[in-house]
This record gives sequence, structure tokens and C-alpha cells, in this order.
Amino acid sequence: MASDSVKLSKNLLRMKFMQRGLDAETRKQLEEEEKRIISDEHWYLDLPELKAKENLIIEERSFVPCEDLKYGRMSFKGFNPEVEKLMVLMNGKDEAEEAEEEDLSTMQTDVTDEEMARRYESLVGSMKRKFAKKRERSAMDEEEEEDVNCNFAETNSKRAFLKPQD
Amino acid sequence: MYSCFKDKIGEVLLPGDEFSFETDETISLTDTVKAEKVVCGPGLRRNGDQVLVCKSGVLRHKQPNMFWIDSQQRRYVPAKGESVIGIVTAKSGDVFKVDVGGSEQATLSYLAFEGATKRNRPNVQVGDLVFCQFIIANKDMEPELVCIDSAGRANGMGVFGAGGFLFRVSLGLVRRLLAPRSDIISDLEKLLPCELVVGMNGRVWVKAGSVQQTLVVANLLESCENMTAPQRQALFRRVAQGAL
Repeated sequence: MASDSVKLSKNLLRMKFMQRGLDAETRKQLEEEEKRIISDEHWYLDLPELKAKENLIIEERSFVPCEDLKYGRMSFKGFNPEVEKLMVLMNGKDEAEEAEEEDLSTMQTDVTDEEMARRYESLVGSMKRKFAKKRERSAMDEEEEEDVNCNFAETNSKRAFLKPQD
Repeated sequence: MYSCFKDKIGEVLLPGDEFSFETDETISLTDTVKAEKVVCGPGLRRNGDQVLVCKSGVLRHKQPNMFWIDSQQRRYVPAKGESVIGIVTAKSGDVFKVDVGGSEQATLSYLAFEGATKRNRPNVQVGDLVFCQFIIANKDMEPELVCIDSAGRANGMGVFGAGGFLFRVSLGLVRRLLAPRSDIISDLEKLLPCELVVGMNGRVWVKAGSVQQTLVVANLLESCENMTAPQRQALFRRVAQGAL
């Protein structure tokens, strides 16, 4: 009886500040008990396990995927060019592919390679100017007058102090 | 699995006819057994392991495994993803009520237009026609429409219909108009410049160069309902020669 009264209650032992003084065995015992309480309190449904059967029948309420119906807006003989563009966009691949081929042929005639090259030629020069320093820029202007093609070898030598010769 | 369907293709079926898949489940050991899925379209409904027919019509099949009933009807039943022509009947708070010809009015949020924000409301008035598609359509809930696709673009949807003419045709004719390589459309596009909006709910909107031409096209399309192909071609030829 005396030994019982000395014993501390479990709830007290579980407290954080009591854990330091406990020995390993009682600690383990406490942990086990705690686990048991948790698992006991876990409730579950007393049902037969549901078998997830793969559903082989899919329902579809719309005719559109069945009959491959087209987009509902159409325009003929160029009445509404916007809608005709949309028709190409929304309706099947075969029509779209045909249109693409046409696009390719028109694209080639749109901008020739020569024109493109000429355009980029000037672009290279202006981009270079943008990133150049002020001093280099003035130098470039002089050089440009000399060199038409602008593909000279870069003379990147910094202007260093030259010792005056005696 | 669907051999029971196969021998009925092209036959007339009535509501209540049923298909069950248990009869032909003889598994051969040589073949690799794999589960075959069946897609049953409009007119067929699943009931447990069997498929019931719920509309009268002809059983159609599309490769690989799609079956549906081709039926004639005029009453539209909303289906998810279908594009329809609606008439705005009311503005209430942040939604429009739209009549699509179904059993119930559909809602159309004012945010479901291209470029619409809370501040920038679309200019939609009562009585306007909208071309829109269903994102919610089932038998238990109020159908809901949008005028944008999943990327937020209009793609031809939205308010339309200045100076055109709207009329109703049967759902079967609408499907014939929208079918790929439709012969009615290929006849029509040779005739005169015009614009068409065809909703899956049986509404068709037509606009041509003048009021007379618009009415000619509308009458032609309406009369296509009950005409054979030679009759139709003869009529179109007469119109092309200016007989009407």
C-alpha cells in the first residue's frame, strides 16, 4: 500500500518535465500504452471491402464526338472572312493541313532571302552601335566610311599611354 | 465484348431493348484477353452491367467502339460540350438567363466572355443571340453556358446576330448540316455568299447579302428536312438560275 501511494500516476509521468528522470523501461511501457489507446480509438466501418471494378461502359450524352460534327459557324464565298478563318481553325486536320500548305507557298513569296539578308545587315550595325561606348562609336563612324561591309577585324587595342621618345 | 452490338448495327431499336455482355464471355487461352471498353452515345444508357436503349432509332457504330442511336427529335436535351444558339431572356445579378430550347433555362455568367472582368462587363442585352457551349449539363443541375474555350478565347462564340434570321429545324437536320462533308452544305456553298450559325439545339441563324437572299437560304434549309438528294439538287439549281 505504501509503495502504491509513492507511485506517480501515468498522466503525471507522461508530462514533458517528468520524462527526463524516467528510466528507459518505464518510458517504453508508457509509449506502448499510448499507442494502444490511439489504435483503440481508431474507428472503422464494418463493411465488406468494396471491389473497384473497372467500368467497361462509358456513357456519352452528345452527338458531337459520335458523328464528328463540325464547328457551328460557317461562311461561304467570303461573306465573313473572320468566320472563314475560324472554320479552318476549328474544323478537322485535313482542311487545316491544306491551308498550311498554302500558307507556306505564300510565305516564300512574302519576304525573299535577299531582302532578309539586307535587313539583318543593317541590324547588325545598329545593334553594335547600341552596345558600343561613346569613344568607340565615334571611331566606328570613321571606319564605316572606309569599310562598306563592316566586317573588318576588330582593333580592340586600348589606347595606352605612349612614352614620349627622346 | 460487344459482339451483341455488332449484329444489331443498322437495325431499328426501341426503348426498352437491352444488351447484356454476359453471354459471350468465353475466354480463350490463346488470345490475350484485354478489357474492351464500349462508349455508348445518345440513346443508350448504362444500367449496371447491361446497356438499355432509351430512344427509338437506328443503331449506329463508329470505329473502334462507339455506339449510338440515330433518332429524330425536335426537343433539345443539353449535353456537355455542345455549342448552341441561346436567346438571352433576363439579366439577374452576375448571370444571364439564356433560353436554349431545353427543359430549363441555362445560366451564363457575365465573366464567361472573352476579355470580361468584374469591372468590364460584356454588353449583352435581353433578346440578344449568343453562340455558346455547355460546361455543365446534366439532368440534376441547372445547365451552365460559357462563351469562351478553355484557353479563354472566344473562338467565334459570344453575342452575334445583327441583320440575320433565326429559325428552328429538327435536331436531325442540324446534325446533317454539321456532318463532315455534308452534301447540303456543299450544295449551299456554291449558291451564294452567306453566313450560317448552326446550334446543336436546332436553331439555325442565316445571313446573306440582302433580306431576300437571307430568306431564300432560310427557306431552302427548312425545306431540306424532307427532301431527297435529287430533289434538293434540282431545287438548288432552280434557285441558282434565279427562279425564286
